[in-house]
Amino acid sequence: MELKEKLVTSFLAFENKGNLDLDSTVHSIRLNAIQNFEKEGFPTKKDEEWKYTNIAPLLKHDFNLFPNVEKSIGFKNVQDYLINEIESYTLIFIDGVFSSFLSETTHDDCDVCVLSSALARPKYNMVIDNYFNKIVNKSNSLAELNTAFTKEGAFINIPKNTIVPKPIQILNFSTGSENEVLLQPRNLIIVGENSHVQIIERHQNLSKNTTLTNSVTEIFVNKRAIVDYYKVQNDTDDSSLIDHTFISQKQQSVASVNTFSFGGKLTRNNLEFYHEGENITSNLNGITILNGKQHVDNHTLINHKFPNCESHELYKGIYADKSVGVFNGKVIVQIDAQKTNAFQQNNSILIDDGATINSKPQLEIFADDVKCSHGCTVGQLDESALFYMQSRGIPKSEAKALLLYAFGNEVVEKIKIPQLKTLISKLIAKKLNVQLGFEL
Amino acid sequence: MLKINNLHANINGKEILKGISLEIKAGEVHAIMGPNGSGKSTLAAVIAGKEEFEVTEGSILLNGEDLADFAPEVRAHKGVFLSFQYPIEIPGVTVTNFIKTTINETGKAKGLEELPAKEMLQLIREKADLLEIDRKFLSRSLNEGFSGGEKKRNEIFQMAMLEPQLAILDETDSGLDIDALKVVANGVNKLKSEKNAVLLITHYQRLLDYIVPDFVHVLYNGKIVKSGGKELAYELEEKGYDWVK
Repeated sequence: MELKEKLVTSFLAFENKGNLDLDSTVHSIRLNAIQNFEKEGFPTKKDEEWKYTNIAPLLKHDFNLFPNVEKSIGFKNVQDYLINEIESYTLIFIDGVFSSFLSETTHDDCDVCVLSSALARPKYNMVIDNYFNKIVNKSNSLAELNTAFTKEGAFINIPKNTIVPKPIQILNFSTGSENEVLLQPRNLIIVGENSHVQIIERHQNLSKNTTLTNSVTEIFVNKRAIVDYYKVQNDTDDSSLIDHTFISQKQQSVASVNTFSFGGKLTRNNLEFYHEGENITSNLNGITILNGKQHVDNHTLINHKFPNCESHELYKGIYADKSVGVFNGKVIVQIDAQKTNAFQQNNSILIDDGATINSKPQLEIFADDVKCSHGCTVGQLDESALFYMQSRGIPKSEAKALLLYAFGNEVVEKIKIPQLKTLISKLIAKKLNVQLGFEL
Repeated sequence: MLKINNLHANINGKEILKGISLEIKAGEVHAIMGPNGSGKSTLAAVIAGKEEFEVTEGSILLNGEDLADFAPEVRAHKGVFLSFQYPIEIPGVTVTNFIKTTINETGKAKGLEELPAKEMLQLIREKADLLEIDRKFLSRSLNEGFSGGEKKRNEIFQMAMLEPQLAILDETDSGLDIDALKVVANGVNKLKSEKNAVLLITHYQRLLDYIVPDFVHVLYNGKIVKSGGKELAYELEEKGYDWVK
C-alpha cells in the first residue's frame, strides 16, 4: 500500500482511538486537513517549492504510524542530547509519546506542558480555539498531514508580562522500537504581551532504524514579546526531518529563529513569518555544515504587511563530499509595508567538487519606500588565506578547518544562551574535525 | 644561514626567477630592491613555500637543509617568517587567538610544552607594547578593517611573537606614514640579534634609513644585477633603476 493511502486509511482508526470530543473544533480541523492532504498528496519535484528536494525515495518506506513506545528509556539514554549545564524546563517525547518521568513541566507562572492535555482540558478550550492551526499554511500538504494527526507535542502558553526564568528544551526521541517510523509532533507556543521566552528544539534518533519526522510548530508572539528559538539538527544518517514553523508577530515584538543543521539524511526547514503590526523585528539565522550525501533545504518566507518593520536573514553553509544544500529565501513587502528594512544574506562554501548549493533569493516588493537587500555568495576556501596561515606555522588541514570555523562564527555569535553557544561550537568543531586551542 | 643557489621559478609556465644566488649569514640585514615586476615578491613567496610557484632549477638551503620538500608551515617551524605585502583578512578569528594558534602549532612542531595561558598573555602584551599596539586591537578580527599601517604593524607583531631566524619583510614600508614606519623599524631593530637575519624587500630607500642593511642587491628581470653596501641604495634613489640594467 502506498504511504498516502495508508495514511488516509489510518486516519479513521486514529480518530476512533483518540478520546477527542467529535463535536470539537479540533476534530473538524483534523477532518478538513486530511481531506486537503488526500486531495493534494505529497509534494513532488514538479512543485516549484520542491524543485531541489526530492522526498519520493523517503516515501517508499513502510512507516509505522503508531509505534510501540520503548519503555526502558531512562535519563542515561537521553542526557547526551540535553544541555545539562543549565536549569531548564524540559519536554521529552519518546516515539511521539510524552515522558513525564524524564520531563520537567510547570503550570506556575506559565504553562509549559503538552498539547494532548491542552486539547483535553476545558480550561484551555478558548486558547485552542483562538490559536490552534490559525497560521498553518493550508496549501502545505505536509503541514496538513501533521494537522490531521495532531495528537501530541509541546504546549507553551506564557501569560503577559512574564519573563520565563529558564530556557525550555523540547526533545523528540525515536528509539527504533519499529524498523521504520513516522513521527508527527505538533507544537503550539503562545507568548503574551511583554513576555520573553527562550526555546531549544531537537529531534534525535537513538537507533539505526529509519525515522521520518514531519513536525509543525505554531508560534504566536504578542505585542512587545521576545522569542528566541533554536533548532539543533544533528540527527543520524537514517533520520529525516520535514519541519514547518509558522510565526505570527504582533507590533513591536522580536522573534528570532536560529537553525543549526549538521546531521540527518534529509532535512527540510519551512520557516514562515507573518507580521500583524508595526515595528516588528524578525531574525532568521542558520548554519548548515554537511558531508556525505546529506541534504538540507532551508525554505524561508517573511511576509511584511505593515509599515516600519525589519527582517534580518543570514544563512551560511559549508558543503563537503556529495552533500546538497538548498536556500530559498522569499521576502514579500506588501504595498502598505512602507519603511520596511529587509536584509537577506546567503553565503556558501563548497569544499568538494561533488557538493551542490541551490541558492534562490526571492524578493517581491510592492511598496516604494523600503530598504531591501539580498546577497548571495558561493565560493571555495581562499587559497591566499590558507598560505598566509601556513606561513605562520599552521598546518594546511588546520588552517582550512579554522577558516571554515571562523566562517560560521558570525552566526554562532548570535546565540544568547552561553551553554548552547558552547555546544554549537563543539558540534561545529567536531563536524569540521578541528581541535581548537581556544574558544572563539 | 640562508643559501640560495641558481634559483629558477615559474608560475603557470612563465619564468619569473631566472637564476638567483644569494647568501645571508646570521646577524646580517640584506635588502633587495628593484622595479615593479622584477621578481622581488616572487622570491619572498618562493622562500616561504607558496605552492603556486614551481622551482625548476636551483635550491634554497636553510642552515644547510634543502627547503624544497617542505610545506610552508614546516618552513615556518624551521624559522622562516614572511611579512606579507598585503596581509590577509580573516574575519571571525581574533588577533590574540590567531597568535595563540601559531605559537602553539610552532611549539608542537618543535616538541615543546604548550605555553601556559598566563605566560602567553604576558608575552602578547609585552610584544604589543614594543610595537605600540593598543590592547583593544588584540580582540579584533585579524586584519579585518585594519588600516594599511595597522596591518603592517600587526605583521611585525606576529614576527616578534614567533621570533624567526630569517625574517623576510615584503614591502613592509608601503602604506606606512613616517610615524608608523619609525615604530615598525624600531620593532624590527629591537628584534635583531647575532642569531637571526633579515631580508628586506623594498621599492624605496626610505625604509633603509631606519633599518640599515649590510648588503643591498638589485633585482631586475628575475636576476640579481648588482650587489653592494648600503650606499648602493642611495645611488639607486638618485639615478633610478635604468642605471643598473
